[in-house]
Amino acid sequence: MAKTLFDKIWDSHVITDLGNGFVLLHIDRLLLHDLSGARALREVTEKGYTPAQPRLIYATPDHAISTAPGRTEETFPPGAPLLRGLRANTAKFGIRLFDIGQDGNGIVHVVGPEQGLTLPGTTLVCGDSHTCTHGGMGSLAFGIGSSELEHVLATQTMVQRKPKRLRVHFDGALPQGVTAKDMILHLIGELGTAAGTGHAVEYAGSAIRGLPVEGRLTLCNLSIEMGARTGMVAPDDTTYEYLAGRDYAPKGAMWDRAVAHWRSLPSDADAEFDREHTIDMAKVAPQITWGTSPEHVIAVDRPIPDPTAGPEDKRAAWLAALQYQGLEPGKPIEGTKIDWVFIGSCTNSRLSDLRDAAAIAKGRHKAPHVHAWIVPGSERVKRQAEAEGLDRVFKDAGFEWREPGCSMCIASNGERVPAGQRSVSTSNRNFVGRQGPGARTHLASPAMAAAAAIKGAIADVRKL
Amino acid sequence: MEKFTKVTGVAAPLMRQNVDTDLIIRIERLVDNTSRQGLGPHCFEQIRLKPDGSENPDCIFNQEPYRDPPIILSAENFGCGSSREGAVWALAGMGVKVVIAPSFGDIFYNNCFQNGLLPVALPLAEVQQLADEMRASPGNARVTVDLEQSQVVSPTGRVIPFTIDARRQHALLNGLDDIAQTLTHKDKVEAWQSADRNARPWVWL
Repeated sequence: MAKTLFDKIWDSHVITDLGNGFVLLHIDRLLLHDLSGARALREVTEKGYTPAQPRLIYATPDHAISTAPGRTEETFPPGAPLLRGLRANTAKFGIRLFDIGQDGNGIVHVVGPEQGLTLPGTTLVCGDSHTCTHGGMGSLAFGIGSSELEHVLATQTMVQRKPKRLRVHFDGALPQGVTAKDMILHLIGELGTAAGTGHAVEYAGSAIRGLPVEGRLTLCNLSIEMGARTGMVAPDDTTYEYLAGRDYAPKGAMWDRAVAHWRSLPSDADAEFDREHTIDMAKVAPQITWGTSPEHVIAVDRPIPDPTAGPEDKRAAWLAALQYQGLEPGKPIEGTKIDWVFIGSCTNSRLSDLRDAAAIAKGRHKAPHVHAWIVPGSERVKRQAEAEGLDRVFKDAGFEWREPGCSMCIASNGERVPAGQRSVSTSNRNFVGRQGPGARTHLASPAMAAAAAIKGAIADVRKL
Repeated sequence: MEKFTKVTGVAAPLMRQNVDTDLIIRIERLVDNTSRQGLGPHCFEQIRLKPDGSENPDCIFNQEPYRDPPIILSAENFGCGSSREGAVWALAGMGVKVVIAPSFGDIFYNNCFQNGLLPVALPLAEVQQLADEMRASPGNARVTVDLEQSQVVSPTGRVIPFTIDARRQHALLNGLDDIAQTLTHKDKVEAWQSADRNARPWVWL
């Protein structure tokens, strides 16, 4: 029978059928971070369980560490006990930890692909909803809660029910100024934040084939923002070129064997999906969010929406969002004054993202009133960017060059946008208070964020 | 794991879409390593409290009889966003036993069951009618949620059936622990792993 990419990976990982639609699924990779990971490791071992397959588990602190230049674990004191606990328990149970300052440290969803830990055809989970990022490598990857995390630690398996399948085609060439971030924000704007609930999403079409791996990771990263626990792109030569030679990827004859297997993974031509949706790339423009949900998004040259003209069931939410954001309906969003720019997060902190932002910042200077931060996604991204001189470009343009971590995306390390201030951020959530209590967030691509820093206001990157 | 059988009590209408887990519990409360029960007072703090820390009287949870309600009524996509199970711990810490909404974030939904919190999916019109019946008789109105019968009884006595996976229903009624259940399949797990080491040796580091 014809199968989708998702079905092939899922079916081959079923250990046993538990009845009532549930199966026991093998998990090939478990990634831990200092917040959910440290706690789950402590709590499950306190219950008397030990990690079942420590060699399939990898840990990196990212959430509760400072990203200030010259930081140590003590720079953000509340995070230090979490990191110390993670160190002690990973050492005790033989789990590989990428500690701060080491190659391999960084945001967990940047590090997995970068180190070759994330492989096509594998199942991968982490106590973080943006684990769907790894789907960009052709991995079946999803975020889980603490109870599920403890279950994986103790058994290397999960009890799961098979979701439905949704395929989204992005057809055509990327217009000027449009990136993977704009593609996925545009899609969420069209379908809404709950469209993917209960579905595994596969992204396909000519625009996806043409995307480099880092763009595919960005695209899959926001799958959870339309409700889908998992989003995937079928592996192809682009994937294999990216993976070849990475630290934990197979080598030599084993590599050839792996690639032969991976080539069997893409969805069969006649495989059926529960739903399909198509995006014409000619209609996608650089995006910016205006409200407090990722579905509150428009092309940057459009006016701020008027709730009275919107769908009736969304009116109250739109009004509340505009009030929180301090915006007036009908006005252009372009030119709205901003206070902060944050370029970083598991969505957009990879080398190609920093190159995109640097191309805009080069030879220009940020507006005097704007605080502009660059937070590289990993130690390796930071070192590679410095080797290319990107740090100099940013510093010359008045941006702050920082250490890797989640930072201002989630503000769990005390790095916040102050109340009432407005930020353009390359992260993934514009929820109320996400970047700090009272902070006003606008999500956009790295180039759009850099453009906003230069102009001191929301700007159309195509006009720079 | 905590059992759940039946709850009768006040249902607080928080009738907004996309109540996200950041709104339910701020991430820094989880950095602090607060106990699960200790998260209760911080639940919904962004809407319960004003910036100066005083109570916001406009918030439903600061209005009688809706303080620390055992049941919450909400609109589509409740619990969307982050995977933090702290959102479930905070709700449980606040005394919430049931959330009734048309749909839930997938990860939040899964997180509920290991903590004795029951998510009940009902059509929006039904949830709205429950909210209307609560508001029509403040102080007296009660909603009953019965997991064994898989039904909700409204304040006016209407019986509304809901569907739930038989496996989850059984586990919640009996307070079964997932890890202990899975470990009964240890032999099958080991057999699968042994075969996979041969088929995909590159996965096994």
